[in-house]
Amino acid sequence: MAAPAEKLDATEARIAALDLPQGGWADAARADALARLRAMGLPARRDEYWRFTRPDLLTQVETPAAAVVVSDEAPVFSEIDALRIVFNDGVFDPEASDPLAMDYLKIDRLAEAKTDIHWAKSLYGQLETNGQTPVARPLGTLNTAFATDGILIHVTGKAPRPINLVYNHRIETSEAILHHVIKLDPGADLTVLETGPAAARFNKVMEVDVADTAAFHHVRAQGRDHERHAATHIFARLGTESTFKSFTLTVNGRLTRNDCVIELTGDDAIAHVAGACVGDGDFHHDDTVFITHDAQRCESRQVFKKVLRNGAVGVFQGKILVKAGAQKTDGYQISQSLLLDGDSQFLAKPELEIYADDVICSHGSTSGAIDEEALFYLRSRGLPSDIATDLLTLAFLAEAVEEIEDEGLRGALVEQLEGWLERHRG
Amino acid sequence: MLTIKDLHVKLEEEDKEILKGVNLEVEAGKVHAIMGPNGSGKSTLSYVLSGKDGYEVTSGTAMLEGQDLLEMEPEERAAAGLFLAFQYPVEIPGVGNMTFLRTAVNAQRKARGEEEMSAAEFLKVVRARAKELKIDADMLKRPVNVGFSGGEKKRNEILQMAMLEPKMCILDETDSGLDVDAMKLVAEGVNALRNAGRGFLVITHYQRLLDHIRPDVVHIMADGRIVKTGGPELALEVENNGYTDILAEVA
Repeated sequence: MAAPAEKLDATEARIAALDLPQGGWADAARADALARLRAMGLPARRDEYWRFTRPDLLTQVETPAAAVVVSDEAPVFSEIDALRIVFNDGVFDPEASDPLAMDYLKIDRLAEAKTDIHWAKSLYGQLETNGQTPVARPLGTLNTAFATDGILIHVTGKAPRPINLVYNHRIETSEAILHHVIKLDPGADLTVLETGPAAARFNKVMEVDVADTAAFHHVRAQGRDHERHAATHIFARLGTESTFKSFTLTVNGRLTRNDCVIELTGDDAIAHVAGACVGDGDFHHDDTVFITHDAQRCESRQVFKKVLRNGAVGVFQGKILVKAGAQKTDGYQISQSLLLDGDSQFLAKPELEIYADDVICSHGSTSGAIDEEALFYLRSRGLPSDIATDLLTLAFLAEAVEEIEDEGLRGALVEQLEGWLERHRG
Repeated sequence: MLTIKDLHVKLEEEDKEILKGVNLEVEAGKVHAIMGPNGSGKSTLSYVLSGKDGYEVTSGTAMLEGQDLLEMEPEERAAAGLFLAFQYPVEIPGVGNMTFLRTAVNAQRKARGEEEMSAAEFLKVVRARAKELKIDADMLKRPVNVGFSGGEKKRNEILQMAMLEPKMCILDETDSGLDVDAMKLVAEGVNALRNAGRGFLVITHYQRLLDHIRPDVVHIMADGRIVKTGGPELALEVENNGYTDILAEVA
C-alpha cells in the first residue's frame, strides 16, 4: 500500500533538508535506504505504532531547540574503566576520546571509513532493513541513509573492558544522526555503554550482530537534559546460544522513542531488554520493543518500569512474536508504571503473537500509585514522607534495575536515580 | 508518659464514631494492657496515636510527655519516641530490611538533632539485637517482611523497636498468628526492653500474651471506651469468663 501523498510530501521536505554523505563503501546501503524511506514515508500520527506518541518533533524539518543542561555531577560511568569515545552534538571529539584500539576489537569510524570494510559493508543497514517487517521503522531507515558518523566495531574475542560512547550536548539547536554497527564473532564478548543526551534532536541506530555463543551487554543512560528529543533504534540478530542484554535509564527528555528490534535466529539464545525511566512534567517516553523468536528454546525478557509525575507520559509497546517451529520458547514481558499524581499517564500495548504450540509466554502491565500502607509503615518508623516516597519509588524501579548484571554499572545508575528523586521531591 | 483525654474519633469517610471518649494514662516504666472484643476500637486507638490517615479526631487530646501527638506527622511522632508494632506488618518489596532499619534509625536521630549512627556501629548493634531475637543474616538482607512467616514478621517488629529505642511502645495484637514458641520469643524481646523510662501499651484479645509480658494495669475496652480498669487479675477474669460478664456488669 502506497503511503498517503501528504506523508510523502513531508518526507521529501525532510530529505531535502539533509545531506546524503557520499564516497564510501556505504553508498549503496545509503541509496537503498533513501529509496525505501521515500516509499514508506516518515512516521505520522495515524500509523499503528505512533498512536501514543506524536512523531512531529522527531520528523519535522526544523530542529526543535533544547536548552543545554550544565551539571556539576560526575558523568554517569566516570568510575568505570572503559574505552571512551566522545561525540559532541554528533561530532567526533578526538581530543576527548581514547585511541580507538583494544585487544580483540577492531574499531573504525563510519565517517572515516572510506576504504572498503568488508564486514561492515555486509551489515550496514542490513539488520535495519530486516527490522522493517512486519512493522516499518522509517526513522531507522532515515538514519541508515543520512548518518554522519558512528562507530564500527568488530569483536573477535572477549573484550578486556567496555566501550563507553559519550554523547555531549552543547549547542541548543543541534541535530545528531549516528549509526553504529557491532559485529561479534562466535564466542566474543563486549559491553557497550552509552551516556548523554547527544543533541537537541538525536537519531541513533545501533545494529548488533551476535554470532553463536557470543555475548553482548548494553547499558545506557540517556542524559539529564529536560528538553532534548531522541529516536533510537537497536536492531539485533542473535545466533545459537548467544546472549544479548540491554538496559536503558532515562531521566528527563521532552520526547524519547526507543525502539528495540531483536531477532532470535539461533537455538538457545537469550535476549533481555529492560528499562527504567523517571519523568516530571514535560516528558514523553516511549519504549517500543519487538522480539521475534525464530529458533527453538530461546528465552526473551522485557522488563520496563516508569515513574511519572506532573503530567508526564509513558508509553510501552512490546511484542513477542513466536514463529512456527520456535518450540520451547520462553517469553516474558512486564511493563509497569508508578503514577505519582493524577495528571500523569501510562499507555501500554502488550502483544503476543504465537505460531508454535509448545511455548511459555507471559505478559503483564500495571499502573499504580505509591502504596499508602507501605508509606505509612515507613513514616511510622520515622522516615520523613519524601524520603519514604523515594525509597518506595526506588523499590518500584528495582526489578528493572536488577536486570543489570554488573554491580558497578548498576550502582552508577541507581546513583543517577537517587539524584533525580532528590531533585524532584514533590 | 502517654496521656489520652476524652478522645473521640470518627472515620473520615463515614459518619461513624469509633472512639467515644477514651481516657488513659500510661506511666513511664509501666506496662498497660488493653483487652476487648472485636470492633471495640483497640486497633483504631493505636492507628490514631501513630497518625494513620482515614481517621478524624473530633475532640479530646493525646499527649506524649507533654507533646501534642495529634498535631504531629507520623514521622514526628516516631522521632518523639512513639512506636507502633503493627498487627499486620507491611511487606515492602525492593526495600532491604537493613537499609530500612538504618534509614529509620538515622532519620529519627537527625530529627532529634542527634548524630547519625555510623555504618559500622549500626551493623554491630543490629547484629547483636537480631541474634537475641533469632533473626538470621538472611532475614536482615531480604526486602522488608517479604516472604517472612507470621512469627518472623512480629520478631522483625520487635527488632525495629529494639533499634529505635522508643519511649512509648504500642503493641497491636502482637500475639496474633503466633505459635507458643514464637510468642515466647517475641515476649522475651519485649521484656528485654522494659525499663523505668519506657511505657508500654499492649493491645490483645487474649490473656496468653500477658502470661509472658506481665502487665501492671489491664483495661477493658468496649464500644469505643475503656469500661473497666484493674490489675493483672482482670485479664484472668476475661480468660475464664469472656467479656460478656464484664460488659453486663458495667452496662
